Amino acid sequence: MGFISRGFRGRPKVEAEAGRVPPGQYVTRDFPVLSAGPTPNIPLDKWRFTVSGQVDKPLAWSWQELMALPAEDVTVDIHCVTKWTKLDTAWKGVSVDTLLKDVPTAAEFVMAHSYGGYTTNLPLEDVTGGKAWVAYAFGGEPLEPEHGGPARLLVPHLYFWKSAKWVSGLELRDEDEPGFWEGYGYNNYGDPWREQRYAGD
Amino acid sequence: MARAAVRGRLTWQVADLVDRIDETPQVRSLVLDVPDWPGHQPGQHVDVRLTADDGYQAERSYSIATPADDNRVTITVERIDDGEVSPYLVDELHVGDKLELRGPIGGYFVWQPGDGGPLFLAAGGSGLVPLMAMVRARIGGGGHVPVRLLVSSRSPDEAIYAGELGTIATDQAGVEVIQTFTRAQPPGWTGYRRRVDREMLAEVAWPATDRPRCYVCGPTGFVEAVANSLVELGHKPQDIRTERFGPTGG
Repeated sequence: MGFISRGFRGRPKVEAEAGRVPPGQYVTRDFPVLSAGPTPNIPLDKWRFTVSGQVDKPLAWSWQELMALPAEDVTVDIHCVTKWTKLDTAWKGVSVDTLLKDVPTAAEFVMAHSYGGYTTNLPLEDVTGGKAWVAYAFGGEPLEPEHGGPARLLVPHLYFWKSAKWVSGLELRDEDEPGFWEGYGYNNYGDPWREQRYAGD
Repeated sequence: MARAAVRGRLTWQVADLVDRIDETPQVRSLVLDVPDWPGHQPGQHVDVRLTADDGYQAERSYSIATPADDNRVTITVERIDDGEVSPYLVDELHVGDKLELRGPIGGYFVWQPGDGGPLFLAAGGSGLVPLMAMVRARIGGGGHVPVRLLVSSRSPDEAIYAGELGTIATDQAGVEVIQTFTRAQPPGWTGYRRRVDREMLAEVAWPATDRPRCYVCGPTGFVEAVANSLVELGHKPQDIRTERFGPTGG
């Protein structure tokens, strides 16, 4: 151990949270909001979700079509790079596996795109195999716009900026490329358990 | 959107606390000397890490309140009474103590005089901190970009940088300061006394046709209300940059 902060003790540990809070994170009961710009207003009758890029033919779902797909209820812990962790968050959404079921592809990466222009990049294997959803309900209620509604990507095993709010589609790619925050020095992968907050972590 | 150059690894550095400035009963600015500080842009922040003697570590982010100035980095910290880190920084850390940090972090919510304007800055409470770095950069020899700064505070007791804002309002051509006090007002106050709303922004912000660069920082409710109202007034979403800044867990 190197540096010690003189006089700092920290909060007493909470037994129930042991092993669930990644390094440098603290547990919050709020649901803080972070976004780079204004919250987009997306009427449901205009909403589309697309799968594009390295696919035989692009796919698109309307809101009604998304609602008709089998949904899953997932309860997960989420970790924001700004240091908060929220335990046992309850979501409802469509597994990305369901959306990519009939999509043969040799792609290894995806770029998630959002209404408003936000992007974030992920390996394809991090959004398949039961690890990611297009989520449209939180806590039993429709997902609020400031939290990414009508629908956001949910990739709980990575820092939460990878869970793109206001998601509009997945672009399948042969090559990786930094998304929005990744281009501003945030980590390309973002594993909270390895504390990969910034480039080089 | 423009991308910053990919940077090298951000390493933890040990800074020296060289001065403390009382801003309000709950808020203190910490003036730090950081050896080998690479410089920063107004609007960026640092991560601070505290380490207990049992190895336990806590981290938080704090906006930088000042423009680049050699090895000097000033952060402004609001004490959250049940917080884990901010009471330590505000109450326990004394001049001569050391503090571990790394940065600068963030490359989107930034403004430098060369970026141009006009500039509209809207601050809710301690969300003023990163915007103050921009104002200070503009005043400290950073050209002639016209600036309007709207600051929403609950009461005079909670308003940070009050003296400096008063001086700027009277002395600085091209930098206008507009304040609203939502719960308690200074004696004889004739200005705004309500939360920021669309009508206020229509009066205070530059017209959308001027394509001002807008920066909004404060608690979530403030940021949502201001950013949405600016869009309704015709400002382009890509001209509005937002950052949440509020007492969550700090």
